[in-house]
Order: sequence, then structure tokens, then C-alpha cells
Amino acid sequence: MLVAVFVAAGASLLGSFAILKRMALVGDALSHVALPGMALALIFKFDPFIGAIAFLLTAVTGIWVIEYRSSLSLETIVGVFFTASLAIGALIMPEHDLIEALFGNITELTLRESLASIALSIILIVSLLSIYKKLTLNMVSEEMAQSIGIKNRRLEFIYLLSFALGVALGIRFVGALLMGSLVIIPAASAKNISRSLHSFMSGSVVFGVIAAALGIYVSKTYSFPPGPIFILISSVIFLTTLFIRQAKKGL
Amino acid sequence: MKMLEVKNLNVELGGVKVLDDINFDVEKGEVLAIIGPNGAGKTILLKSLIGLIPFRGEVRWLKGVKTGYVPQRMDIETDVPLTVKEFFRLRGKLATDEKIKEALDFVQLDESILRAGLGEISIGQRQRVLVAWAVVGSPDVLLFDEPTADIDIAGQESIYKMLYHLQKNLGLTVILVSHDLNVVYRHTNTVLCLNRKNLCFGAPDKVLSTEQLLALYGGENAFFHHKHD
Repeated sequence: MLVAVFVAAGASLLGSFAILKRMALVGDALSHVALPGMALALIFKFDPFIGAIAFLLTAVTGIWVIEYRSSLSLETIVGVFFTASLAIGALIMPEHDLIEALFGNITELTLRESLASIALSIILIVSLLSIYKKLTLNMVSEEMAQSIGIKNRRLEFIYLLSFALGVALGIRFVGALLMGSLVIIPAASAKNISRSLHSFMSGSVVFGVIAAALGIYVSKTYSFPPGPIFILISSVIFLTTLFIRQAKKGL
Repeated sequence: MKMLEVKNLNVELGGVKVLDDINFDVEKGEVLAIIGPNGAGKTILLKSLIGLIPFRGEVRWLKGVKTGYVPQRMDIETDVPLTVKEFFRLRGKLATDEKIKEALDFVQLDESILRAGLGEISIGQRQRVLVAWAVVGSPDVLLFDEPTADIDIAGQESIYKMLYHLQKNLGLTVILVSHDLNVVYRHTNTVLCLNRKNLCFGAPDKVLSTEQLLALYGGENAFFHHKHD
């Protein structure tokens, strides 16, 4: 459960920036890229995390280069290539592992893996917090960011790298299909009820953590897979915040 | 003292020449207005001056000059979870409470705006916030891209008043993109007419002849009724 909480905290923090940047769908599709990497890892018997992160790093580097070189819309490129990689992953993935890879299973982590996940999540959170001001400025106005000497390209690359790390961590928990939701839903919920950046970021993390803890608890008690449960709980939180937002508007 | 010297500035975007051999210079403490029809390359020119857009030619700022840039518009949603105060804080340590308050005074905004969301305030207010944001960095030169379409005449007028107030009190050099010729005549020292090329450059009452305006905007009617995007 601790692992899930840390991973969810990191992922929701990532998500708050994905929402600010309005790249929610890009993030979702990006998480699919991990699948062929995991499949190769399973076939050649090395750690699926390594496979996932290798593919993700390649993909984010690709995104980063394409964003500045090509006139094609990023959404189009991501939509085509990354869903294709999901298809490839699904084909070459050993069948008995497929469901787990698609929908995740965090309960099977070894102690070493758990500790590594927690450590990496902490690194992710710390590095995001250390650049959040620059990142936010980059997202509200690239030009103003550049005008005060922020290196936008480098910053975006660091963000994409953290994104790759977050996805690789979360994929054990919720799987390749649902990973996008782990990142996006808590942040989207927090946005419904926040006016300030501070409450947005902390709200996102709090929602992610609550959904993760509750999700693991429920899935253990009733022996469901934790990923889908997590997503369902987050969705309930989202609907609740949406309701609160509408109610506030009505006043 | 020359604040800025621009020589043979050329910008190409996607293989199309958008700025062709632009030459001008800006003296310290003066107000330069860049005017021209839509698509003339005014915003592009402003952006290339501060290195936001790659260009060929020479853009030489006085050594050690600090520039502040106010973009035409921000690409944000009305419910962006960011308060005005947090927006100032994004500048980092430079933005102390005191500095922010001082900057807000300059742009004649009340401190209460700090608690508002950046997406909630009116466009005129946001423009002032953006100017204040630039002022927090204690710039020597302010580059101001006018947002015309989204702001009413009274709002524009008061923003100009504020800009001249800034220029007088802080000794700022101001380079602005303007759509309003009245403003140009009343408040600027120099004007640069732009339509992909340098069409005129000099004091407004000297260079802005009727023929010059016709050449710039393509006919009297086009000038009086041209629409802003």
C-alpha cells in the first residue's frame, strides 16, 4: 500500500502539470508505449520496469524532438504511433501476462522492487517540486518564461523525462491501459475545486493518495485487481468535485 | 544613448519571409511605436528582438540592458488554478511582497487583485498584471504587444496612460506595438511602419503622411475599417 501511495503521489503531481499544459491525452497515449517494452522484458526475462522505462525514454525523446522539428500536430503523431505500439505490445506479450500488464498488479512486488519504487517516486516528487515554478510559467506563457531566461526546451525535456519515470512506476500498479488515468484524474479533480496553484497541486496529490490507499484496501479485502478499483475510486472523487464546482457556480 | 540597434533583420517562418531587411534604432527613454496592418509581422518583430524567434541580421542591445516583455495574450483558461499572487511568485525570489506591491501601484491596480485567479480577471486587468509582472524584474526596456481585439477603447486608453506614467517615473524605454494612430501621434517619439518591410521610420508627424498611410494600409477605407484579429 505504501508503494501505491508514493507512486500515486508522484503521478498526481505529474498530472497537475499535464493538465496545466493541456496534454492529458498525450500522457495517456504515452503510457501505452511501455507495453512493448514490458513484453520484450518478459520474453527475454529481464525486469519489466527496465523494458518499460527504456521504451518510454525513447518515446519522450521522440516527442521532444518532433515537437520542435515537425509541422505535424503532436496529438496526431502520438495518437498514431503510440496506439500502434500498444497493439504491438499486446501481440508480442506472453498471453498469461497480458492482463496483468494492461491492468496492473502491485500486490506482487518484491521487497526490493517496493523499496526501489518508493525511492524513485520520492526522487520524482522532489525533482518536480524543485522546478514547479518554472514549469508553471512555461505552461502559462512560454514567451514570458523565455523572457526571464528560462530554457524552455530543456525544461520541457526534464518534464517529459519525469513523465516517463512516473509512468514506468505507475504501470505496475494500474497497468498500461489505465496509467493515463492515474496521472490525470486526481489532477482533474483538484482543478475542479481549486483557484490557486498551491491548492491545485496539493489537492491533486491528496486525491491520488486517498484513491491509492483506498483502492489497495478494497482490492485486498475483496480480492479485486487494484488498478481498476483505484480508477473507479478516483472517478467517484472526480464526480464529487465536479458536483461541488457546479454547486459553487450556482451560488 | 542608443538602447537598441537593429540592422538588416530578416525572419523566415516555415520558408516564408515575414520580415524583410528591417533597420531602426531606439534611444534611451524614448517610446517607439510599431504600427502596421494585420499580418505585417509586428509581433514577430517584437519577439525576435528578445530572441524568442530565430532571425538573421543584427539585433544589438546596449550592454547589460534588461528587457521586460508583455505578450499580446496568454493562452490560459478562465479557470486556470493560479492566483495573481502565485503568478508573480513564479518569477522566483525576485518577487518579494514589497516588490509586487510597488509594481501593482505603478500599474494602478489594487492589492486585492492578488487573491483573484489569473484567468478570472478581465483582459484589461490581466494586461496590467502582465506589465506589473515585467516591472518586478526592474527592466530598462519594456516591450509591449498591444492586445486590441480583446479590450475596449477606454481600457486601451487607460493602459496607455499607465505606460507613459511608467516611462516617466521609471525612466523606461518603451517599444510597443500599437493599432491606434491617435496614441502614436500623442504619445510616441518615434514610429516604425511595418508591412513585412520597413516602410517608414522617424517622428510620427514627419513620417506619417497620408501617402505613407495609404501605402501601409492599402487605401483609406482599408485603414479606417480594417479589422483586428
